Amino acid sequence: MATTSTTKAPARRGALLHRLDIKGAPYVFVAPFFVIFAAFSFYPLIYTSWISLHDVELATLDVMEWVAFDNYVELWGDSRFWNALQNTITIGVISTVPQLLMALGMAHLLNYRMRASLFFRVASLVPYATSVAAAALVFTMIFERDFGMINWALGSVGIDPVDWEADKWPAQVAISTIVIWRWTGYNALLYLAAMQAIPADRYEAASLDGASRWQQFTHVTVPGIRSTIVFTIVLSTIGATQLFGEPLIFGQGPNGVTGGADNQYQTLGLLLYEEGWKNYQMGRSATVAWAMFVLLVLVFVAQRLIRRLRSRTS
Amino acid sequence: MGTLGSLRGKVVASVAAVGALTLVVGCSSGDDSVTGGGEKDGKTVITMGLYGVMGIKETGLLERYEKENPDVEIKAEIAGDEQTYYTALQTRLAAGKGLKDIQGIEIGRAKEITETQADKFADFSGTPGTDHFLPWKESQISTGDGKVLGLGTDIGPMAVCYRKDYFEQAGLPTDRAEVAKLWEGDWKKYVEVGRTFKKGFKGDDVAYMDAASGLFNAMVYGYPEQYYDEQGELIYDTNPAVKEAWGLAADAAEDGLTAKLRQFQPGWDPGLANGTFATAVCPAWMLSHISEKAGAANKGKWDVAKAPKGANWGGSFLGVVEQSPVKEEAQKLVAWLTAPEQQAHIFKEIGNIPSSRTALESPDVKNAESAYFSDAPIGQIFGAAAQEIPDKQVLGRKDGTIKDTFSQGLTLIEQQGTGRDEAWKTTAERIEKAVG
Repeated sequence: MATTSTTKAPARRGALLHRLDIKGAPYVFVAPFFVIFAAFSFYPLIYTSWISLHDVELATLDVMEWVAFDNYVELWGDSRFWNALQNTITIGVISTVPQLLMALGMAHLLNYRMRASLFFRVASLVPYATSVAAAALVFTMIFERDFGMINWALGSVGIDPVDWEADKWPAQVAISTIVIWRWTGYNALLYLAAMQAIPADRYEAASLDGASRWQQFTHVTVPGIRSTIVFTIVLSTIGATQLFGEPLIFGQGPNGVTGGADNQYQTLGLLLYEEGWKNYQMGRSATVAWAMFVLLVLVFVAQRLIRRLRSRTS
Repeated sequence: MGTLGSLRGKVVASVAAVGALTLVVGCSSGDDSVTGGGEKDGKTVITMGLYGVMGIKETGLLERYEKENPDVEIKAEIAGDEQTYYTALQTRLAAGKGLKDIQGIEIGRAKEITETQADKFADFSGTPGTDHFLPWKESQISTGDGKVLGLGTDIGPMAVCYRKDYFEQAGLPTDRAEVAKLWEGDWKKYVEVGRTFKKGFKGDDVAYMDAASGLFNAMVYGYPEQYYDEQGELIYDTNPAVKEAWGLAADAAEDGLTAKLRQFQPGWDPGLANGTFATAVCPAWMLSHISEKAGAANKGKWDVAKAPKGANWGGSFLGVVEQSPVKEEAQKLVAWLTAPEQQAHIFKEIGNIPSSRTALESPDVKNAESAYFSDAPIGQIFGAAAQEIPDKQVLGRKDGTIKDTFSQGLTLIEQQGTGRDEAWKTTAERIEKAVG
């Protein structure tokens, strides 16, 4: 009896360890991410929601006055919020749409056999590796009203100078240019990677069926990288919602915080910053942060709904 | 797709983890975690947080102090613009961490500091040899119960800087006494000269003044009360001084007398370098900025004339943090830095006007001339302007923010072509938001 139990116990323990290794190890491996996520994302998220229910000033964070949902009600009736929301959407559209289309075209070109393809691939990633601050600063100088390069070029062909900062649409276009410049190459490389995973025989089959280059592109390439396209759209949407550094630096100093004198390019990110770090009202700032979060959730839900509806109809 | 998805998940997770870890490590290794300096290798380390061009480091005063006191080491960190600096200071005061032993305080923030942060700054009322300041200067940084939270560095008496060559082209006098006579006693005359300038000047690339906000600031700071009354109530929307300044600045903007620039922002600097405007209302501390940005090519083209009315725009204090481990040494350093001799030294080097009465009366300051500004007797001009500053100046908690908001409201008129009433309404709404 005694001997059997002693031989069985280690075997059972071994089996248990083995089971733990199989079942438990993945959790152990992903645990660091979730621990850090809890500390740096989840906790701030909860704390932010707590702050948003109070009147708090930056300098005296320990003095909180409970106001329940007043901040949210106030934000709903605040024209600055709707203005910022509108700017975020328009800048988001005029930066994301051309950017992804250009990335698609660029990836298609990079996918051809050509000389120095590595050079072009690396070069297309360089803007992405540049810091936002450096890029935005350079573009600010290029778009400068009195001595900027673009106005100089326009002037040399007899076009009146454009006040890129003060006028609403030029300002939004200029900011979108910075975003497009930085992210097109990055998206192009994502597309390129997906394109190279498309089996060559599909193209062969298509050309046997008499498909032109363009038809191959629209009927083989684009469906083949569809999941990557969805992925970049999701990433760009999140990025566009949180747009902050580019308009801040483009506006220069205190003027950038408000997104221009007329808030003509103030995004939600900038409104958050203005409330928190110019007006020093942390409660209202946290409210904007939550509004942004809810907005993203709504976009996500809407996208799921559309997808479900579409799959049902087809 | 499933495996690819989970693989991507893992890659994302590990990248995020590495990123977050770097953040953690980054935080703990920075010197943000402790307040101020301390004793190191037998030396007393004093840290300072400053902004803009206060002249303390730039004129070599810190090195001199270190030489005279071999057991002291000073580390100064200087932020470019004051707003960024103050935001960081607020965060650090709230956290009680990352503060320097000595912190600069701008006049627009003085009231907020004395009202909400008084217990976090050390008291200077007992420090010997600090009775040489202008009477109004130290009262601005004192609390109701007599605690003095800092010592004054400079003040901002005003003059008008102008381009002699442009004035000549426009058929206006160029001699600084005659120019001052053109607008003597009234800012309205200054704007009137602008209209003459616009008519007389051939070519359209040069505006009369840089920004309407400069004129606005110069006017409001000439009165004892600006945005708040003595009880701390907001009065900006009824104060006739603010209304008058707004109206005249709007006149200048609507008549196209301004270059539509934003002061101290990058667009302003090339404007100085390329000479796109003929005048700028200049507090003393702005001279160093103009001479630096306008550059050697424009030396001797600028001159300084007396402003229509005296006013104080800007100026700073140095305070010592209460919890500093080297509080006494830091207070000693501040007293030395703000002593008359050192203030006179800073003035001679870069033109910041002393807040010390004794320094103002010293021959070094009185007889100073500026080579860059056509040998203008800046000691005399700004010294006289300092006498005209109202003895009583009421400060308010959000003075700095309200000033910035008004500047932006004038930009609305200048750049967006917004009507002045509409712009006023927008500005008032923004101020209500800002004062919360």
